[in-house]
Order: sequence, then structure tokens, then C-alpha cells
Amino acid sequence: MLFYVVICCPMLSYVILCSMLFCVVLCYSLLPYVILCCPMLFCVVLCCPMLSYVVLCCPMLSYVVLCCSVLSYVVLCCSMLFYVVLCYSVLFCVVLCCPMLFYVVLCCPVLFYVVLCCSVLSYVVLCYSMLSYVVLCCPMLSCVVLCCPMLFCVVLCCPMLFPVLTLTPPPQRELMDLSTIDVILISNYHCMMALPYITEHSGFTGAVYATEPTLQIGRLLMEELVNHMERVPKAQTATCWKNKEIQRLLPGPLKDVAEVWAWKRCYTIQEVNSALSKVQLVGYSQKVELFGAVQVSPLSSGYSLGSSNWIIQSHYEKVSYMSGSSLLTTHPQPMDQSSLKNSDILILTGLTQMPTANPDGMLGEFCSNLAMTIRAGGNVLVPCYSSGVIYDLLECLYQFIDSANLGSTPFYFISPIANSSLEFSQIFAEWLCHNKQSKVYLPEPPFPHAELIQTNKLKHYPSIHGDFSSEFRQPCVVFTGHPSLRFGDVVHFMELWGRSSLNTIIFTEPDFSYLDALAPYQPLAMKCVYCPIDTRLNFHQVSKLLKEIQPLHVVCPEQYTQPPPAQSHRSDLMLELPAPPLPYRRCSVLSLPFRRRYERIHLLPELAKSLVPSEVKPGVSVATVSGMLQSKDNKHTLMSVPRPPPAAPTKKRKRVAEEPPELLAPKPLLSGAVPLDGFLATLHKHGVSEVKVEETADGHILHLQAEDALIQMEAHATHIVCDNNEPMRTTLRDLVLRFLQKL
Amino acid sequence: RENFCSSITAEPAMIDVGRSCILVSIGGKNIMLDCGMHMGFNDDRRFPDFSYITQNGRLTEFLDCVIISHFHLDHCGALPYMSEMVGYDGPIYMTHPTKAICPILLEDFRKITVDKKGETNFFTSQMIKDCMKKVVPLNLHQTVQVDEELEIKAYYAGHVLGAAMVQIKVGSESVVYTGDYNMTPDRHLGAAWIDKCRPDLLISESTYATTIRDSKRCRERDFLKKVHETVERGGKVLIPVFALGRAQELCILLETFWERMNLKAPIYFSTGMTEKANHYYKLFITWTNQKIRKTFVQRNMFEFKHIKPFDRSYADNPGPMVVFATPGMLHAGQSLQIFKKWAGNEKNMVIMPGYCVQGTIGHKILNGQRKLELEGRSTVEKFFYLKSLYLEVKLQVEYMSFSAHADAKGIMQLIRMAEPRNMLLVHGEAVKMEFLKGKIEQEFNCYMPANGETTTVTTNPNVPVDISLNLLKREMSLGGTLPDPKKPRTMHGTLIMKENSLRLVSPEQAMKELGLSEHHLRFTCRVQLQDPHSDADTLHRIYMHLKSVLKGYTTQHLPDSMSVMVESIVVKVSSSTEDPNTKVLLLSWSYQDEDLGSFLSTLLKKGLPSVLC
Repeated sequence: MLFYVVICCPMLSYVILCSMLFCVVLCYSLLPYVILCCPMLFCVVLCCPMLSYVVLCCPMLSYVVLCCSVLSYVVLCCSMLFYVVLCYSVLFCVVLCCPMLFYVVLCCPVLFYVVLCCSVLSYVVLCYSMLSYVVLCCPMLSCVVLCCPMLFCVVLCCPMLFPVLTLTPPPQRELMDLSTIDVILISNYHCMMALPYITEHSGFTGAVYATEPTLQIGRLLMEELVNHMERVPKAQTATCWKNKEIQRLLPGPLKDVAEVWAWKRCYTIQEVNSALSKVQLVGYSQKVELFGAVQVSPLSSGYSLGSSNWIIQSHYEKVSYMSGSSLLTTHPQPMDQSSLKNSDILILTGLTQMPTANPDGMLGEFCSNLAMTIRAGGNVLVPCYSSGVIYDLLECLYQFIDSANLGSTPFYFISPIANSSLEFSQIFAEWLCHNKQSKVYLPEPPFPHAELIQTNKLKHYPSIHGDFSSEFRQPCVVFTGHPSLRFGDVVHFMELWGRSSLNTIIFTEPDFSYLDALAPYQPLAMKCVYCPIDTRLNFHQVSKLLKEIQPLHVVCPEQYTQPPPAQSHRSDLMLELPAPPLPYRRCSVLSLPFRRRYERIHLLPELAKSLVPSEVKPGVSVATVSGMLQSKDNKHTLMSVPRPPPAAPTKKRKRVAEEPPELLAPKPLLSGAVPLDGFLATLHKHGVSEVKVEETADGHILHLQAEDALIQMEAHATHIVCDNNEPMRTTLRDLVLRFLQKL
Repeated sequence: RENFCSSITAEPAMIDVGRSCILVSIGGKNIMLDCGMHMGFNDDRRFPDFSYITQNGRLTEFLDCVIISHFHLDHCGALPYMSEMVGYDGPIYMTHPTKAICPILLEDFRKITVDKKGETNFFTSQMIKDCMKKVVPLNLHQTVQVDEELEIKAYYAGHVLGAAMVQIKVGSESVVYTGDYNMTPDRHLGAAWIDKCRPDLLISESTYATTIRDSKRCRERDFLKKVHETVERGGKVLIPVFALGRAQELCILLETFWERMNLKAPIYFSTGMTEKANHYYKLFITWTNQKIRKTFVQRNMFEFKHIKPFDRSYADNPGPMVVFATPGMLHAGQSLQIFKKWAGNEKNMVIMPGYCVQGTIGHKILNGQRKLELEGRSTVEKFFYLKSLYLEVKLQVEYMSFSAHADAKGIMQLIRMAEPRNMLLVHGEAVKMEFLKGKIEQEFNCYMPANGETTTVTTNPNVPVDISLNLLKREMSLGGTLPDPKKPRTMHGTLIMKENSLRLVSPEQAMKELGLSEHHLRFTCRVQLQDPHSDADTLHRIYMHLKSVLKGYTTQHLPDSMSVMVESIVVKVSSSTEDPNTKVLLLSWSYQDEDLGSFLSTLLKKGLPSVLC
């Protein structure tokens, strides 16, 4: 009868040791000590505010844990996780820590969402239509890249630029050997997240080029990713699902994926450092020689700090690679359009993902929703990347705060790289738009968020632990990542605020479907506002731009040549050009329509001086060039042929005649005609007077009777027949040559 | 039709460290490099003499662009004078930090000269602003196309924040101008760097042409020791500096020393410039050295704890102190005022961390002058005193070469980096430059023009030509992978010169393009040979003979047509009708095989050897 007793007993804890504990515990504040000794802990724990300490010591942890907000620490100790998981909507945090993930997943109807948050990331990626950005954060990146239909561009620059809308069979591994790549050109910091997978362990030995802001901010984003990943314990064992037999049983698109074994883990910080040490810095419009054969130079693309389009050109051919570019006036330096002119080929990618959303309107909506929520006493959560649009959001808020009376509302920016990102943005004046540049001359920081920080309106923290937890005040606005809502500190805020309809989550990053991102958190009371801000070019802007720069050929992903599948009637959501673009798709090798005809060669000055030009037509001169070709590092020079060494001593001289002539290139070609009268006069001058001229159908035959020679002359041919008289023959030859042009 | 030969001329308007202003003509373009002012003069001599150019018209028409290497006044001080008072509206190029800092220094200097000294005929604040509007910012390594032909590219020079070296290129000719540069990284800046651009001319400063300075660490230790000793015995230390540049390096040095030694004596930095200056350093952190760049998020090296702003009244405070005061050459301003106050006490010390121009007080005291003539504030004052004031200098005077210029070793290092064909030394003292010139001339041409003297460097540029890819590929495949120096291959082609294009194509293609028809020239030659064999045997014997003589040629035996072919030359054999032992060989070749044909006919006339191998 212990059970009832305990309820009334003030000294609960000691008693319980002998009792059927669990109903009782609910009434006691000294819970934790008790629990340690209790075999039936779990129901109780659910109600306990001091859960976390307890749980660590409890052998039956798993049931309990699910209800606990300090979940992660606890879970590490729990061995029986999986049944429970099925019953809980906040599953995913648990899963991350659970060594038995695999089984759970198989049995769990909410599998899909759950998996998204786990270290066995692969499920996630496959289920999302906006694959690319997810993949960026994914430890299995590299194979994704290989499966990406835009493979070619990836290699050129951006591994993840485009959404993968459908699952298609994986490429042959032989399609490309990464070690044969010579150069990687990086267009912007979002496009370099897969770099370690290429530069490390693939045999890659080439060069990587990027601008300084791209490198620095790219490094920050990679560090952030690694940091987020390292917070999550690694599940070593969950690989069985990759077996064909089991994979076949998996839901959704998962079962159709091939080569899951090739998927990889997230890189480490060492790999990031090693990969980035291979990056060589370039400035806008800097001309970088590659192997002497081509010149590459980055141009401002106006999309983000240091973002670039690339020109790859030789003396005669020009290929432009246009990735994420923007014509809007945001913080980066404006796009350099004029340098893209006269391209033979323009590779066009990275158009806006939100062709229907106007960034300016979205920004207004963002502000008004934010203000409305705060005024109503709610909190605002903005899942976003730690660099990029956030600078513009902060600038917009800087102007908006006072007019909207938000002066006392705290703004928090939480990310392991929050401080670095804000600081770095201030030191790249050269890469900013003109307005911001001129601020530096005053000297003032180019971005107003410096002032927000100074006046304590904006505070940044590396994570929710530490200072933040003590300084945190509500209502507030929180900027934090990751925008996929699958990892990073944003997850905790979803947990914290998701159940109140006062709060609002505002999505600004266009890379994820907000419905998919929210799915595992449903049911959700929190308001959701979708204001995707994608400043990249839309189809209308591209058409206008292309009219201006007039490339001979345009190469673009297949997706741009037809309207999106969901809006097949919207013919304005596709690329319409006077000449149809060359579409490329996954695994297809596209040969570009080039006709290379010329190459640059340098004539050394002394050879150039020795040339004897002769005018063949008005304004056109020709000269025969004979020189020695020297090709080094793809650079060609032509120099004079060195004079032959002086004749050998007389002894050997006799033999000289017997030496066959050097095997040299043939004599020049001849052109022109030999006029009969002129030739006869010349012959006469040289003492050949006895010439009998015979008319033929095509010309004349000259009999040189004294010399026993015969010259057959036609409009385009001359034939000299001369036996046994070599000096005579050479004389005749030279006389004929006088009338002809040598080429 | 072609300009195979051209030249570059350089005209340094002023040769000594006083100021830099060089005019370069290259490929028909005129570029002014730096536009400095001489700090030692107070009259018209301080500005370059632009009448050299303006006698032939306006500056704007003459100059294609002006490039400023860094913000020191001896490199940019005359800029507003040139652009606003003489008149120049073309582009002026400078880096971002230079563009930011230069107007401030100009304004400072203008205030000292105009407001304090009461001089007229000097540029105004508005002129400085107008002048800066003409500035186009230049990024490192960015290739800026000034016009169709002229391009410039900036490299990091390390001398002060934003200092740059510039490469100027017209066609295949190029000049590199170094401005002032520094080849050893210091506490806040990195070392100068340039790629192997092989310019036709390298114009290098040579301030420290003869010096090979001792190691940086020694100099720093020496400096700290002297400061420490003076402070210990209660003396005051005056360090005249320019607000930006050296000052920041010395501040970092003293700051860390004070921290380490736990010293209490105050350090001051004159005028409100400090904070602003440090702010520039923070915003342009990408221009500082790697170490500072790496740690700037955690710790800003330019936020000093021990160094406080100076107030004029502090100069009379008792007890030790260290004061950084501007300007650096003791020619005016606060540093001069403090110097006058402290000069009488032998406990005090002045440390000159940089170069001093002739005529400045800094230069005088460094040369050991202990009695200084001070000019009066105005003529009225002079009138009252009737004679000038004399100042007794009792304090210790120390010179520490912290000035971030390349020394002789550094200059040679840069030469090795860039591999120029010619060298021009400027911005140094003639005697010192002579020494370095001798050293450099062991390797190549070196010029050292006097002020106003024009140096002409003749270049010998290659002629760029478009070669048809077919011709090039054919030639390269024939040439094999490795060139044989003993047997050079000769390539033949036809250069077509049409309008402004030069194209090298194969003769066949040229003929086709120009619409010319080929004229075939053939030779036929009959050779009689005594050979008592059947025709077939003779043919075979000829084949064997030719094959043994003509090694390396393709020789074919064609018994069906009773002929032998060597390359494209046909040798046909038939018996004479009269004598079966006399064979008639018919040789036929085209003009293109003339050498070989001629050789063959001569060879066969000699008959066949009796023994064939």
C-alpha cells in the first residue's frame, strides 16, 4: 500500500525507495534525488521541471527525455530510444543522438521529417525540391554534386547552384575524374561550400580562384556549418538502410536513389582549412593567365560581397560565365555588364528562385509583419544565412526601427560566426556599392549595423548558451540559422515559440520551401510569413540584359527553357531568346559551338625587321615569313633562323656536294603569270637569242635551240625541260621567278 | 606600316626625396606618376614646375592620366595645385585608402601653411574637395583600362596604408613605378610584392640606396631601450611622426612594451587625428599585414590602452612622458612647438623615426646643428626682433630609421621579382643613387636622371601576329615534342597585312584568301646512265643507291611504273632505243622541291657506284 502513503508523506524521497513510486513523485519538489533510485521513473519525469540533471543518471531515460527541453544532453545516455520516438512530434532532436536511428526510421510514419535533422542526412536531401541548398549543409555532399544535372557548371564554379527537381539515375563514376580539373573558379560564397570535397582526397591538384570577400565569408559559412555539425554526435551505426534490400522498402523518393553508399560525411575544420589554403585571391577585372593559353578575370556580379561572373578568354574567343547576378542596388558593388559584351558563349545560371516575388515588396512586408508581431507582444524569428541578405535586412531595420517605434525591442543575431560576419562586412569597402564606399572616406563604417551594435539595439551571440541565456529578453527579434530549420540554433527557437500564436516566423531565404521546412514542427500555432528575398536576375531582366550584351550563343540549364512544372502556363517564367539557347542537362556533355581559327604568335623584332612586304592588292601586302617556331607554356614566338655555321675546313669541302640538302620545309608557293614578251626580252638580255616560239592550245612553247632547252608556258604553269645543263637550268629558273610572286 | 621600334621616356620633375613627380611617355601616352610637394621650401619651389608641360597647351590635353602611389605629401602634395590651379580635368588614380587619407593630410598641411603662416597663393579647402572628385579609386591587381590602349594595374607596396606600385602598359610595352615601397613586413603592414611582369622599365625609389639596414628586431630593441632610459631618468621623449603610417607601428610597439614592463609614464598622441587615423586602419584592415588581418575580429590592434590624446598644456607638465607629435620633420605644427619647449633640457630626447628633408629643422638637428635659427611668425615680428631668434638645442637627438623604404637589398629583391629590362632610379640622393646604380649596372641598363632631365629608353617589342591554328598545329606536330637545338626547324608562312591586322597563314591558304591562283613551275631533266643491267635491275640499283644516300627521306620503289619516288620527285627509267646499256632517267620535280631535285640530277649524272650497299 505504499503508493497511497507516499502521497502524504513529507519525507518522500527516502520512502519511495521501497515503493511503487511513480504517481507520487508528481507532488514533490525534491524529485531528482528520488528518481535516481526509482525503477519506474518515466511517467513522472514528464512533469518534472528539473529534469535535466536527473535524466543523466537514469537508466530508463529514453521515455522521459522526449519531453524535456534540455533534451540533447540526456539523450546521449539513453539506449531505448526508438519506440518512444514514434509518439513524439519533436522527434528529431532525439534522433540525432540515438544510435538506433535506423530502426526507428523504418517504423516511423513521420520518418521523413525526422530524418531531416539527423546526421544520416541523406534522406532529407532527397526529399526536398530545393535540394541544392540543403545539400550544402549536408555531409553527403559530394555524391550529390555528382548527381546534379548541372554537373558541368558545378565543376566550373558552383556545385550547388540549382534546385534538383527530380531524381534521376546517378552518373557514371567515370564521367569525370576530379583530379583532371585544372582550375576552379568560384563565383560567390554560397557556391563554394562543396570545395573540400573536390580539393581533398579527390586527387585534385589544380588552382582555385576567388575574390577575397568570397574566401573570407565562405570560410565563415563553412566554419558555421562544421560547428553546427559537430554539435551533433555522429551516428556510426546507421548504415544498414543503405542496403539495397532495405532501401527498397523505404518511402518516397528515397527508395529510388542509387549509390547511396557513395554519400559522405560533412568535412572537418581541418579539411576546410586545407581546402581554403589552395584558394588564390583575385580582384575584379584582374587578368589571370592560365597556362599561357587563356586569361580569366572575375567581374562584379552585384549579388553578394565579392560575388563574381567570370570571363574566360583567349585572344580570339571569349566565354562568359554568369552565375548569381543582380541588377538591384543592394550593398555589393554593382554588376559589371559592359565587360560581358562580345562573348562568343555565355553560360547563364543562377537566376532567381522566386521569379514572381519582388524583393522590394518583400522587404516592406518583412518590416510590417515584424512590427505588427512585436506590437502585439510576440517574438519574431528570422531563419537566415549569416551573411548576405541579413546585411540588407539590418540596414532596412535601421531605418525602420524609429519610425515603427521599435527602439526598445532587442534584436539578436545568433550564430557561431555572427560577430565575424558583422565585422568582416565592414572591411571590404572596395567591394561595396558607391554609397557605402564613400562612407569609409569619412571615416565611418559602411554598414549601419555598426551603429545598431553600438547603441545595443543589435546584439550578437555565438550560440544560445552562455551570455545569451541570461541577457535574453522578450519580445524580441532573432536572426539565426540554419534557414532549412533542420539544425543550428533556430531549432530551439522553433521549440520555444512554436506553440504561441503571438509569435511569427518570417522566411526570407528563397532556397527552401517554407512548408517543407515547417513540416516536422506541425501542428504549429506560430504565424508564418513567407517573404523570400532573392535579388538575382529574373527572366525579364535577363532578356533585357542579353539584348544589351549580345552573346553569340547562350548556354543554360534545361529548366530555364521551359516554364516551371507547377506553373506550366506561365510562359513569362522561361528564357525567351531570339536564338534558342543551348540547354544542358545532367550528365550530358555539351560541345560548345566554337571555331578556333587563330592563335597569337609573336615575331621577334629582328625577324620582323627582315621581312620584305610586297603589295599584292591595294591595301593588302604579303610577306613570306620563314622562322623558327618556339612554343613554351602555350606561348609561341617566331625567331629568325640562325645562320648556318661557317663552312667546314677545305678538306671536307669536296664532300659537301654529296651531302643531301637538309630536309627543310618546301619553297614558297608561286602565283601570277609569266608574260611572253617580257620573258623573251629578259631572255634576250641574258644572251639567249635563238628562241623559237610555238603557239599551243593553252599557251606557248619556247624552244631555246642553242641551249637545247624547252620552256612550256601556260597561264598557271611553266615547265622547264633542260637536260645536262644545270647552270642553264638555274638561270632559266631565276628568270621565270622574276615574274612570279612568292607566297 | 609597322612600328617595330618605340621608346619610353621618363622625365623626373624632381629627383631628391623632396618630392616625386615623374612624367612618363610610353607608346604615345603621357602619364604623370605622383605629384608631390617639396616640404623644405616655402615658396614656389615647393611645387613641381608644370610650365615644362603647359608651355605647349593645357595639362588635360597632354596627360592621359595621373597616378598617385601613396598619401605622403611629397607624393601627392601638389595635386590640388596641379588639378585646380594649373588646371587638369583628366582621371587621377589612387587606391581607396589613399583616396580616403590624402585629402585629410592636404587639408592639415593647408591649415598650417595658410592659417598659421599666413601664406597666400595656396590651394583652398574647396580645391582639395574638387580635386578629390576627379579621383578614380584603384583596387589591388585590378586591371584598369584607362583607354583602349592604356592599362594600369596596382600592386601592394607596403610603405604606408594604401601604398601601391603601378604597372603601366601600352601594347606590349610596360613600365613599373614603385612609388615608395618596403620589402620587409613590419608591425602593421606587409611586404611589397609584384609578379614577374618583365617591364621594359622599372622606376624605383632609392631613398635608402646605400643602406643595408640591420635587423628590424635590433632597431626596435634599440628604440625601446632609448625611450625607456629617458623615461626612467625623468626625461620627456618627443617623437615627431606623420599622423598615419609609422606612427601606428611605433604605437603598437610602445603599447606592447608598456604592457609588458608595466610602465606608468603617460604616452600621448598629438591632435585629434589619432582616433580618426586608427579608424582608417580598422576600415582598411585588408591593407595591413596578415597577422593583424587574422585577429582583427577578436582584437583590434589599433585600439590602444596606454596612448591618450595630447593637450597642448601637457607639454609643461612635470615628470616623464612620451609624445608622438605631427608633423614628422619638425618643420611646422605641434611637433615644432613641443620641440621648442623641450629643446633646452638635456634630460629630454627627440627621436626622429623617419627621413628629414633638407631645410627642415629635423634635417638640421640630425646633422648635429645645436643652434637653430627660427624664423619669426611674420615680418612684423622679424622687424621688432631685428635679427632672427636662436634656439639652443640641448636635448638628445636620436635618429632611428623606421622609415619603411626598401634598402639596397630590398631594391635588388624587387628587381629580381619583376625582372625589368631597364632600371631608373629616382627619389634618392644623387651620391647614394650612384652607388646603387653601379651595382645594378653589372646586370643591366640603369638610368639615373637629374631633375628635369629626360631619359629615353628604347624598347624592342615583339610584333604580335595572328597565326592560323591549322598552320600552328601542323608545325607543332612536325616539330615533335622536344625542340632539337642542333637541327632547328624552319616554319614557312605568309604574313598578310591588311588594314590593321597581321595574319600569318600557310601559303596555300593565303593564296586562297587573296584569290590568287597558283603558278606551277616544274622542271624536267633527262640523265643518261651507263648501266649494263635490265631496266628492272637498274631501277632497283637506283632505288638502293638513293636510299643509302638520302637518309631521312622517304624513297619509294615503284616497279610497276618503272620509277622511283623520292618525296614527290619522280625518277623514271627507260632504255635508250639505240643502246640497251644506256639508260635514260627522266627526273621531274616542282619548284617546291627545287633543292632536292637539283641535288638528285647532279647525283645521278655521276652514275651509280659499282658496289651498292
